[in-house]
Amino acid sequence: MSTLSADIPALRSKALQFRKEILETLETAGSGHPGGSLSAVEIFVALYGAVMNHRPKEPLWEGRDRLVVSKGHISPAVYVTLANFGYFPKEELKTFRKFGSRLQGHVTKKLPGVEFNTGSLGHGLSYVNGVAMAARLKGADFKAYCLMGDGEIQEGSVWEAAMTAAHFKLDNVCAIVDYNKVQENGLVSDIKGLEPLGAKWQSFGWKVITVDGNDLAQLLQAFADFKAVKGQPTVIIANTLKGKGVPFMELKSAWHGKAPNKEQLAEALKVLY
Amino acid sequence: MEIKPTPTRDGFGEELALIGKENKNVVVVSADLEDATRAEYFKKTAAERFFSVGIAEQDMIGMAAGLASEGFVAVTNSFAVFLTNRAYDQIRMDVCYNDLNVKLCATHAGVTVGEDGASAQCLEDFAIMRVLPNIKVICPMDTIEAKKATRSMIAEKGPFYIRLSRAPLPVLTDDTTLFKVGQANVVRQGQEVAIIACGVMVSEAVNAAQELAKEGISARVVNMHTIKPLDVDMVIKCAKETGAIVTAEEHQVIGGLGSAVAEAVVQNCPVPMELVGVKDSFGQTGTPEQLLQYYGLKAVNIVEAVRKVLKKKNSQCGHC
Repeated sequence: MSTLSADIPALRSKALQFRKEILETLETAGSGHPGGSLSAVEIFVALYGAVMNHRPKEPLWEGRDRLVVSKGHISPAVYVTLANFGYFPKEELKTFRKFGSRLQGHVTKKLPGVEFNTGSLGHGLSYVNGVAMAARLKGADFKAYCLMGDGEIQEGSVWEAAMTAAHFKLDNVCAIVDYNKVQENGLVSDIKGLEPLGAKWQSFGWKVITVDGNDLAQLLQAFADFKAVKGQPTVIIANTLKGKGVPFMELKSAWHGKAPNKEQLAEALKVLY
Repeated sequence: MEIKPTPTRDGFGEELALIGKENKNVVVVSADLEDATRAEYFKKTAAERFFSVGIAEQDMIGMAAGLASEGFVAVTNSFAVFLTNRAYDQIRMDVCYNDLNVKLCATHAGVTVGEDGASAQCLEDFAIMRVLPNIKVICPMDTIEAKKATRSMIAEKGPFYIRLSRAPLPVLTDDTTLFKVGQANVVRQGQEVAIIACGVMVSEAVNAAQELAKEGISARVVNMHTIKPLDVDMVIKCAKETGAIVTAEEHQVIGGLGSAVAEAVVQNCPVPMELVGVKDSFGQTGTPEQLLQYYGLKAVNIVEAVRKVLKKKNSQCGHC
């Protein structure tokens, strides 16, 4: 499917469905991270639904595009996405964060479709550079995507990797910053602001594409633009809303790492959009 | 033919360059110390598979993990202090937790780094590497063994840490000496005490055993080149057959080879032990020889430890 001919209304309804299942999965587990899971839903829907080449029944297919979720705590969004695209039975979502489950608190390769164990922030981009360099050495044309949080890029290791990707002109690398403006203890802008964020990446040698990261049409256009970029890596700064879809969770750092209880879930599903 | 003392980094660099020619699947990721680590020899033979990320050890390890995940054998290199300490989270997460085929090759370990002083003298790498799951930890005793260790580590899948020296070390092995990861070598037979050493300390242990022989004490010397997985069978054999063990390492006595041997001894066959190593302090500037003497890492210190351990052994009611 070409990215821009994607059926956007169908993808939108997928996003709504994913949000519902993320909330249910979190409630069943009793712990986990709703805020950043909900903000990134459209990014996952766009990537798996229209942008990436992938084969759920053949998760290690050599030609697949690679996605590393560097903010490994948004595992509910990853698991709901992979289950819905057929990587594993949806029933297994109920085992999230339970002993013996493949759905560990932070994403691991135990689960088909996960490329890289994460959970310590600031690791994904260096790894993705290595994957992209490997593609170059092998003469393969897959793309390497790295989804990071906005708070995450306060980690210095991200900027080491940013320099490396630009130095080696890794144009098969696409970083995505889920810029939802909120981190564990408050607003990113209060804790350690990132602005001017686009200019920072640009000065590091990256092609910068800024979009509304909860708008599927804009995301699909951004990914299409990335695929046409030559000679430099691309970063998509996805302006999103933390807790998107559940008004009482939106922009609230309290919902960064707390699961809804039964009543809160019922309330959330009533108002979910 | 006698070979002059040579740094083990040289053996590593030469073998790595050879392997680079033979095996197109090997890549090197570097952080601007490849001249000193000798990884630059690889660059000369396989430039297209050599990548420097500049002075960025965390990035080096992460990128190597990415390359390894795609089927390459990813060799990283730096000084032991920077490689293990600066990039520890990446080693833990990207390499060990993801169980990827990354080789961590560290030179300039121990006080024999010399004049650069404490900041550059890594004395804790065995401790912080061996505690991580999935990784193997080796420390060759001379340049010939370093070549074999380099080849073995690249042939064997999975994370490896290899510790190499900047200082020239006496060459005591030859091409016929067996090297197998996880299998210690008896360098000298002896019945009354076993000295278990690695790296630079093996030749000191041999010198100590020669001194002890003059006093009529029969000391066995074991080259424990693999700190993890430890050759527990060899440790038990030494404990049972000699009844006393001295360990010797150019590392803190906390957490290193001595600790690993002690863990095996107390669980299997408790016998008196003495640990020769750095006693909970940082290094300092000096010549390698001055520093080995100051920190008690010479043959004479091993001799003293043997005397102590034999006293303990003889005052006890036997051993297992």
